[in-house]
Amino acid sequence: MPTRINSKNVKVWQVRDRNGQLLRWAMWMTAAILFYLSWMKISAETTWYFFFDAPRIAADIGTRAFPPRWEYITSLGKPIWDTFNIATLGTVIALVIAVPVAFLAAQNTTPKIPLHPWAVGFIPPFVRKFIMTTTGEDVYSAGLIRPFALLVIVSSRSINSLIWALLLVSIVGPGVFAGLLAISIRSIGFCAKLLYEAIEEIDATQVEAIRATGASGWQVMVYGIVPQILPAFAGIAVFRWDINIRESTVLGLVGAGGIGLQLQGSLNILAWPQVSLILVVILVAVILGEWISAKVRAAII
Amino acid sequence: MSVTLQDRVGKPWRKPHFISNPFLRWGLIIATVIYLILAIGSLEVSWERVYLGLERGWRFIVGFSQPDFISRWPDIYEGMIESVIMTITSTIVGIAISIPIALGAASNIAPLPVYLICRGIISISRALNEIIVAILLVAIFGFGPLAGFLTLSFATIGFLAKLLAEDIEDMNKSQAEAIRSTGASWLQWVNFGVQPQVMPRLIGLSIYRLDINFRESAVLGLVGAGGIGATLNTAFDRYEFDTVAAILIMIIVTVMALEFISGNIRARVQ
Repeated sequence: MPTRINSKNVKVWQVRDRNGQLLRWAMWMTAAILFYLSWMKISAETTWYFFFDAPRIAADIGTRAFPPRWEYITSLGKPIWDTFNIATLGTVIALVIAVPVAFLAAQNTTPKIPLHPWAVGFIPPFVRKFIMTTTGEDVYSAGLIRPFALLVIVSSRSINSLIWALLLVSIVGPGVFAGLLAISIRSIGFCAKLLYEAIEEIDATQVEAIRATGASGWQVMVYGIVPQILPAFAGIAVFRWDINIRESTVLGLVGAGGIGLQLQGSLNILAWPQVSLILVVILVAVILGEWISAKVRAAII
Repeated sequence: MSVTLQDRVGKPWRKPHFISNPFLRWGLIIATVIYLILAIGSLEVSWERVYLGLERGWRFIVGFSQPDFISRWPDIYEGMIESVIMTITSTIVGIAISIPIALGAASNIAPLPVYLICRGIISISRALNEIIVAILLVAIFGFGPLAGFLTLSFATIGFLAKLLAEDIEDMNKSQAEAIRSTGASWLQWVNFGVQPQVMPRLIGLSIYRLDINFRESAVLGLVGAGGIGATLNTAFDRYEFDTVAAILIMIIVTVMALEFISGNIRARVQ
């Protein structure tokens, strides 16, 4: 137990010994310096006059935005329907693609096809080492299917749906279709990751029992694995749907359809009463989505 | 189960239906089909436009094989630095604000009025999308990283305070009670009875949030709140797909590095 001698020559208890204490101080010091430097940079790029003027501007916008223009809701019907479709169809498409990806990525279901030594020669050594450290298996014995599935998951997850939307708007043109694709691409990684973790946690004895009856590979899948991951699957689907409702409300800001398009339009013409109405509608949609998903998840689990 | 063995003999087993009530089953199937027809019918895809865009999509993929870091390097550098400083400052400030709110939002520690206020703050922060908050803050505070910093700090509160409060609610009561029985003050009680129990989780959550804040800071620039997003948006608008590829590669590499580091640290503290 770390102690120290105080000025009256008495041993007293302290939380940490000297080195631990110094280490902590050093860490706090580094954090403080980092924060200070970062803040200086932000401060340099800020027009502080605007900052101190902010309460007045906020009050000004507040008075303009209130009361919301309620009659504008009649022209929001189609955008809301579009937003709902982007989220729902996007989730469905993502799930259809995520299921096979998840089975290919799960340690216990992925097909392990050893690579021919000749083919391994084409893989740069650092790529091989990277795959080795991230998946724990050598490509030589386990093949490339699992690393590839993991790559699909990571690249889909690390790019925000708004960036996917930006890209797809410039490829397929502005509209609901771009938003739908953006949401599905972004959701694939999320759903596949959670699903393959669920697949890896299944009870192997049940699978073994089905296999012992002489079932084929597909029968083992249908009767041994699928029933075990079905609750997780439903939970993931509803969870992602809830997230997608939130995300699809803002996709319109980059031109990918839905209610965000109306928001952007209203902001551009500074129609604050319309903006506040749209914000209220979005808030209601998000809360409804969360409520439905919470109910469904409670019913499943 | 009125079916006897005699009835079963000679008939193969059939998998029971997933939903046993036939009316509910067919009702759900028909409703789904009708919804899909309506939804897909309202999509309005212009296939000629998609066909035209495929060439652009191809250029984007080609751009990934030869990303152009050089010609827009000053902009990329500036944007990345801005994103990083927004991430660092907003995570630190967000954590500092979240801790007292989390203490207030834990039902086993806080009195009811404080509990309700803190839960209210958390719900507001969680219900508002980051992008929408950013739009409003840009309108109020002007363009630049300050708006992004405020947005991310605000979003951090909802995430961190909620999860930390749940962890405080799950803590071991007897340890905290032991500290209280030594005659500790409230502050000492929190510091020695509660804090050690939730510290691993707090560190894990903070690093996870750092990771999320960086990802979010990459898109805040789209609405003018500073960071790499602004550069990305400009590159997209000018169809400079090689620059886009360079920026995306930098984002992905940073995110993967952060995820790797945060996974390691979380595995160590938990």
